[in-house]
Amino acid sequence: MGVLPRYVRLRFGRRFAEPGMEPMTTATELEGLPRAIGPLGWRRFLLSWFALPLSALAALLIGAALILAFGADPVTGYRDLLSGAFGGSYALASTAQKAVPLLLVAVGICVAVRANVWNIGGEGQIVMGALASTAAALALGGLPSFLLLPLVGVTGAVGGALWAGIAGFFKAYFNVNEILSTIMLNLVAVQVMNYLLSGPMVNKAQSFAVTGLIPQTRLLPKGSWLPTIVGGTQLNLGVVIAAGVAVGVYLLLWRTGFGFRLRAVGLSREAASYAGMRVKRTTVYAMVLSGACCGIGGAVLVFGSISHRMVTDGSLTGFTGNDGFNGIVVGLFGGLNPLWCILSAYLFGGLLIGGTAMQGSIGVPTDLVTTIEGLVVVFVVSIDYLRTSVRIQEEAKRLGQREDAAGGSGRSLLVKLARART
Amino acid sequence: MPSSYQHKEDELKKKSILTRRLLSVLAVPAAMATAIVGAAPSGAAGSMPTLKVALVAPSAVNDLAFTQSMVAALESLKASYNLQIAISDNQFVVSDAANLIRVYASHGYNLVIAHGSQYGSTLQALAPKFPKVSFAWGTAGSTFGQPNIWAYQANSNEGGYVQGYMAGMLSKSHVIGIIGPIDVGDAQLYCDGFKAGVLAEDKSATVHESFTGSFSDVTLMSSAAKAYVADGADVLTGSSQSVVGAIGVAKADHVAWFGTQWSQASLAPSEVVSSQVYNWTPVLVRIIDGIRSGKLGGGTFTITLGNGGEKVALNPHYSLPANVKTEAAKLVSEISTGKLTVPR
Amino acid sequence: MNQFFTYAILTATVASAIQYTTPFLLAALGETIGQRSGVLNLGVDGIMLLGAFGCYYVALETGSDLLGILVGVGIGAVLGLVTAFMSVTLKAQQGISGIGVYIFGLGLSDLLFVRFVGTPVPVSPLPNLNIPLLSHIPAVGRMFFQQNLLVYLAFLFVPATAFILYHTTYGTRVLAVGENPAAADSLGISVPRIRYSTVLFGCMMASLAGATLLLLDGIFQEDLTQSAGFIAVALVYFGAWRPVGVMTGSLLYGIVTAVVLQWKSLGIIPTSAADLAATAPAIVTVLALVALAGRFRQPAALAKPYVRGA
Repeated sequence: MGVLPRYVRLRFGRRFAEPGMEPMTTATELEGLPRAIGPLGWRRFLLSWFALPLSALAALLIGAALILAFGADPVTGYRDLLSGAFGGSYALASTAQKAVPLLLVAVGICVAVRANVWNIGGEGQIVMGALASTAAALALGGLPSFLLLPLVGVTGAVGGALWAGIAGFFKAYFNVNEILSTIMLNLVAVQVMNYLLSGPMVNKAQSFAVTGLIPQTRLLPKGSWLPTIVGGTQLNLGVVIAAGVAVGVYLLLWRTGFGFRLRAVGLSREAASYAGMRVKRTTVYAMVLSGACCGIGGAVLVFGSISHRMVTDGSLTGFTGNDGFNGIVVGLFGGLNPLWCILSAYLFGGLLIGGTAMQGSIGVPTDLVTTIEGLVVVFVVSIDYLRTSVRIQEEAKRLGQREDAAGGSGRSLLVKLARART
Repeated sequence: MPSSYQHKEDELKKKSILTRRLLSVLAVPAAMATAIVGAAPSGAAGSMPTLKVALVAPSAVNDLAFTQSMVAALESLKASYNLQIAISDNQFVVSDAANLIRVYASHGYNLVIAHGSQYGSTLQALAPKFPKVSFAWGTAGSTFGQPNIWAYQANSNEGGYVQGYMAGMLSKSHVIGIIGPIDVGDAQLYCDGFKAGVLAEDKSATVHESFTGSFSDVTLMSSAAKAYVADGADVLTGSSQSVVGAIGVAKADHVAWFGTQWSQASLAPSEVVSSQVYNWTPVLVRIIDGIRSGKLGGGTFTITLGNGGEKVALNPHYSLPANVKTEAAKLVSEISTGKLTVPR
Repeated sequence: MNQFFTYAILTATVASAIQYTTPFLLAALGETIGQRSGVLNLGVDGIMLLGAFGCYYVALETGSDLLGILVGVGIGAVLGLVTAFMSVTLKAQQGISGIGVYIFGLGLSDLLFVRFVGTPVPVSPLPNLNIPLLSHIPAVGRMFFQQNLLVYLAFLFVPATAFILYHTTYGTRVLAVGENPAAADSLGISVPRIRYSTVLFGCMMASLAGATLLLLDGIFQEDLTQSAGFIAVALVYFGAWRPVGVMTGSLLYGIVTAVVLQWKSLGIIPTSAADLAATAPAIVTVLALVALAGRFRQPAALAKPYVRGA
């Protein structure tokens, strides 16, 4: 009986653990279940399964208090949040669409952070991917759909990849910290987008409609519109693309030599370098791949849009809707595992869509929804280590029970061993 | 809902916030029953069935500018026209706003107002899909030939011209600064009209005009204002909700300010000379009447000084010389009667 | 271009640049100390916003800017305790907890603004304190010595933090905790206590930066900072975790921004190129760091929660 859960854990669990940089782990580590038997197993059981939902619930309770303070009804509010996010096929489709760029950025984060490169540049890479793919579609609009769609996806990936590559290159060869360069490149990307969309790429024919020119392109060629996959909803091919990228990156990271090198570099530069891996090049590749994922997100935003154009309003997040930052949260919530990111992206997308629905229905300010979102992130991330530390202590005790004959190794050694096994 | 942060000087209205909010609450996405109930005429309101109106706006409802002007107009008509209003403000991300417009349209709303020129392409794509819903788009001058789109715009260059002329008369240093957000829509019209007005009064005046590139960045506006003041400007103007930053500089440096879109006198009582106030009520009335008589779109409405949609509201606390006042009044009447045409 | 190279405009541009730099400098210095002890705080922008709102509200209600600043710093202290609790005691992952605080601060600051401030009115800015003799020096005086209290304070913090970091016992402990917390722990230094103190300082500086920005703009609005907090964090890396380096980076960023703005206002940069010109501060900062090709290492224990015995 004890063999099966262990097999499952080894087969599907994380094999590399690093003290301190432990990413979020989601609740369904199957080891929790059989270990519930025994005097202290219930603590771990409770924490593994219930910590995350409970902490999210705590955040939502505080949110309910805030809603009350604004004179609205929290019960109706949360009911509308849930129905706006998940109530009915239309809502489910909207949430899935909202989750697509979040998932792509999250997958990019999985790649980058596993290589120990903190890619905060999702915003800029989304923008650059969107610009590149839009330019390609406008230039080569005559191509048939089966050529145009892949072209658009590829150019989006290339745009984001190049933009991230700049930061990766500077980090690897000039020791410029990537947090600095990616944040700065975000600012540059937004301004470049504003310039291009008001100047060279703007739709000049719109002057009959509005004084001056709205920063938007002309209508994108029909062959490049992402086709709807479920009739009647707005669920388009972007969902399939995003899921495909997530699975592909998962396989890349855990089934290929390249992925192994990437993770090894992330865990220890010195060890990887000593083992003969090219650390600098791998760092650049990690950033490039991460940017490519974000760039595809940008392309999906443009070619899956309702207006079928690229449009912005000049503000920092007018095009991306802060997807670049929210995607980082989603990626870390997903335990830096692209497959789990699919779930966390969908849930986070639900929070965002449901929040907007709640705002419109009970009439609270949009900021209330933003505040609740922040609370959820803060609460969920705060509970994670408690979860992990209890699990480690349990494991250490278990190891201690098995090794009692060998004499007391220090508690720290047990904890170390326990960490290595989780 | 607008009533939850309705910041007018009328104390009485503040007391009835809770009641008003309860009256205007709606469950948006899931309650399909609401759509069915909403379609049936409500007995209490008399002969007019309830009209469900949704507003999607890019900035906050209390921005003392663009969005507030439309919210105020809707509020003023709510009771007499039996409206049920839902508001989604701060929707500056176009793709999110597009989703919202689609949600409102598919959940039984009769009129969806997309209050922002950046939403146009979305309406162009969505309107054909919802032929029974009426859409309104502003500020813009085209309905894309769709039978269910209304367009509305403001000839803000008219009020801009009058105020520019006043600025030319008032300025002692003959250096005047104009700070726009983005060079588009009514912001561009206003700034161009203002500049034309200044130059009409004083051909040799130095008029600085620049655009911050953002509708919401207050720091950029205040920095631009400081730069103009450093260059000797003693009159400033600008457009969009971010002008509060520039008004702060005007107040601190005692420089005159001209506002647009909404009355900004409360921000700096001794520095704000006048504001061009938008009144969208006549536009809304015609749209709602049209919908109730079966016409879902196809018309373009413009608010002007002549039809009462725009007003140059002088700040009573600012001591304006009498000759400036009379000149302004003369210009307003000339533009209203069409005697004077302001260049676009 | 000639109109730019006049005495009035040049001095005004530099003076304005120094004012613009101040919030970045304050927030970045605070973050530097926090990061030196090993704690990464990405929530600086949210804390700035809450500090800015607190300052605005108090200044509006009481008429006193100074009281507003004090309240703003107090808010930063509270948030510092919360951040430290999350990062040090609960050992939450510091990247996301910071972003969570940012989203929270972004929402709550505007929520409170909408709820408690009726009609927003500008508050009076801090008066300029002209330093007695120095402010009369022809050009330099106008540029550097006719600023307000917070500007002077910010630039005084630079040598103060450098001194504390490099020449006091406390500073040595901070550096030790950031490099090798296990070793510091074995020497009897309380790692949590040091980290709590540095995070507290960092967050108080961040909210002070927010209050400064508020008093510069004169009024609060949603997302007043427009990601200034993230730029401040980026500047910490530019400065290689040294206070003087951080000051250099902040000044570089501020001066380029102010010059571009002035050129735009004077029409030297046409509207069509305005967007591209706005990228100048960011590009200059990155290229400057590339040119320096720093060999500076980050604190070894940065963003790694410390667990005794691990």
